[in-house]
Amino acid sequence: MKWRINTVIGGALIGLVLGTAATAAFWTPFDPLRINLKARLHAPSALHWFGTDEFGRDVLSRLMAGAAASVVVALATVLIAVGVGVLVGGVAGYLRGWTDRIIMAVNDALLAFPGILLALAVMIVIGANKSGLVLALGLAYIPSVARVVRGTVLSIREKEYIEASRVIGNSEFYSMLRHVLPNAIAPVAVLATSMFGWVLLAESALSFLGLGVPPPAPTWGNMLAASRPYMETAAWLSIAPGLCIALTLLGINLLGDSLRDSFDPRMAHG
Amino acid sequence: MTAPLLTVDHLRIEAARTGAVVVDDVSFAIERGEFLAVVGESGSGKTAAARAILGLLPPGLRRVGGAIRLDGEDLADIAPRRMRALRGRSVGMVFQEPMVSLNPAISVGAQMAEGLALHERLTRGEIRQRCLDMLARVQIRDPERTFDAYPHEFSGGMRQRIMLASVMLLKPKLLLADEPTTALDTLSQREVLDLMVELARDHGTAVMLITHNLGLVSRYAQRAVVLRQGKLVETGSVRQILSAPREAYTRQLVDALPRRRAATGPRAAGEPLISVRGLKVAFGGRQRLFRRDADVAAINGVDLEIGASETVAVVGGSGSGKTTLGRAMLRLIPAAAGEIRFQGRDVIATRDRAFRLASQLVFQDPYSSLDPRMRVGEIVAEPLRHVPELSSSERDRRVASMLDEVGLAGFAQRWPHELSGGQRQRIAIARAIVRHPSFVVADEPVSALDMTIQAQVLKLFERLQAQYGFACLFISHDLAAVEQVADRVVVMQGGRIVEQGSRDDVFDRPQHEYTRALLAATPVLDFAGQAAARASG
Repeated sequence: MKWRINTVIGGALIGLVLGTAATAAFWTPFDPLRINLKARLHAPSALHWFGTDEFGRDVLSRLMAGAAASVVVALATVLIAVGVGVLVGGVAGYLRGWTDRIIMAVNDALLAFPGILLALAVMIVIGANKSGLVLALGLAYIPSVARVVRGTVLSIREKEYIEASRVIGNSEFYSMLRHVLPNAIAPVAVLATSMFGWVLLAESALSFLGLGVPPPAPTWGNMLAASRPYMETAAWLSIAPGLCIALTLLGINLLGDSLRDSFDPRMAHG
Repeated sequence: MTAPLLTVDHLRIEAARTGAVVVDDVSFAIERGEFLAVVGESGSGKTAAARAILGLLPPGLRRVGGAIRLDGEDLADIAPRRMRALRGRSVGMVFQEPMVSLNPAISVGAQMAEGLALHERLTRGEIRQRCLDMLARVQIRDPERTFDAYPHEFSGGMRQRIMLASVMLLKPKLLLADEPTTALDTLSQREVLDLMVELARDHGTAVMLITHNLGLVSRYAQRAVVLRQGKLVETGSVRQILSAPREAYTRQLVDALPRRRAATGPRAAGEPLISVRGLKVAFGGRQRLFRRDADVAAINGVDLEIGASETVAVVGGSGSGKTTLGRAMLRLIPAAAGEIRFQGRDVIATRDRAFRLASQLVFQDPYSSLDPRMRVGEIVAEPLRHVPELSSSERDRRVASMLDEVGLAGFAQRWPHELSGGQRQRIAIARAIVRHPSFVVADEPVSALDMTIQAQVLKLFERLQAQYGFACLFISHDLAAVEQVADRVVVMQGGRIVEQGSRDDVFDRPQHEYTRALLAATPVLDFAGQAAARASG
């Protein structure tokens, strides 16, 4: 892999997030859950680098603790969505015919709901906790992955090298696994990296509605949601988690692009 | 003596980013009404040189030196406004790909009228009348209907005629034709070029034909310019260049033309390797809202026998069903009726596994037939998955020796995108042969390649066939290549076989009218520089 500037910046940002999340597991500057009403809404200072929130909790400590929760939720969600989406879309695109029509009819029906609404419905059934959140968001994002994969598979399976694979005597399943899927990776990789961002935001939206990771446990999403009433008086409360989400997104996108390029033999000399 | 219509002096074009020289110090001239051919293989800079005349170099290329004069006017440093006035009006251009050079969203008439409306003061009625006249002139059957129709309703040959009509409407002084018939079959190629010559003569238009096909050069052009890797190799009259080339490269080009080899004599009589009886293939009709159109018969009752290690060529124009026949014989497309017997066994009903493993396919387009994410070695090794008795070290040895035989020893770790078209086609051939098949379908295996590469690949194919003795169904619209490799020739039209016989019988004594038309349309080298019709009639 070539060490381009994008790879370096992306890698550094993601490394920082993961490192922070790992550190928070055994050390934070203050207890992220300890309420100190005497130190409510303090502006950033040498003691509290990112200030304190409306209950006097240290924002930096909460950001660090939240990093773990947010990243785990986002990663798990993307893995579920991509895993199931590739399977469903791949099957539909490769088998075509009635299988494709039925799968895609269901898929399009799901796609017609706004993802957040779908997640909301699932959350209400499963309950508001971390695994419920992951499952709900994962389900909500499966249809868009399935659609992209199906389209890519449809176009790749018409390529002559797939026909060549059939002439060789390879089974359909082997052709799919060996020739179709590896060539369908690029758009999925792009989708997965941008999906990571949507999930971080969706998590904050659900938290805002009281359906995310339940308080007092901090995530970037529910911190952002909780900061809304104090936007004008204590801007650091929204800036800090917002910046974290934005920088993580930037890192994921940079790293995702360069990973995709380095997996593609055609880009190696680009 | 009047000055030439167009002079190109010491033209030099570079790639802006890398500084690579695309066209290097090329000079030539075109007289009024002359037919000049610019000959070269891919990468020779022939297209860049032509596009530079109109200031239409693709982004990334720029002209860094030299002068281009049209009618005494220097085109090099002309204002964009003036250049736009010249485009179409003085210099017209016909492109290679008729399928994409017409705008699919605009009717044919509107596209033709565009040029007239831009460059001449005419009423709508006059414009329409001129377009209709010109469509009739290029032998479009129903000009009125064509005028209001959209490009997708026409075949490649028809579109190229429409393109030609819309360019010639403005009676340009110079017509640039960039491989105008490369995408067409032999019959349409002849029609389009004959029309181009006629129209050019009528309007006194000079033609600059860019091509890699020496047969076309000999049939149509008066003078030729040979380019190679951006440099001018040779220029002179067509007769001199083809019959007494001065430069080694030109000789190589002439020698690369397929030649008929001695007939191999009748094959040993006996059971044919493959026999096809009454084969029919139908494609489902278009799905309308509530019903489906009737099926379209692509193959309509074909009987064919291929002996062991025999090469049978299938020739025919586009839509004749030759490609479908090859796919159906490999059971890649289901047959609607008929039977295919391989070594006496029916292979359709039983989905015979031995037949699948004994047959192979070489594709036309070497760019899409290799998986871009596999290394060359993996690609060639893949068919050996189904030869379980090979150990992995034997397998590696087999792959290495196969690569060696196609002249690409040591390429196992390369990626397909790092190879040229000819090299890719060699890999595709290696993949087809590595399991030692007894039957290979070669679907236009050389038509996407340059002339000298074509010759090399054909030679390689012949050598491998002599060595391994596989039978071959050689599908091609290029009769010259067929003449070189085939033992027997089958001529197809509209999904049926209209004639079949030994190569010499079909080429020298064609019986069917369609065969004669195909032969007559095939450009052959004729050193007298006259239009050559090989078959009488």
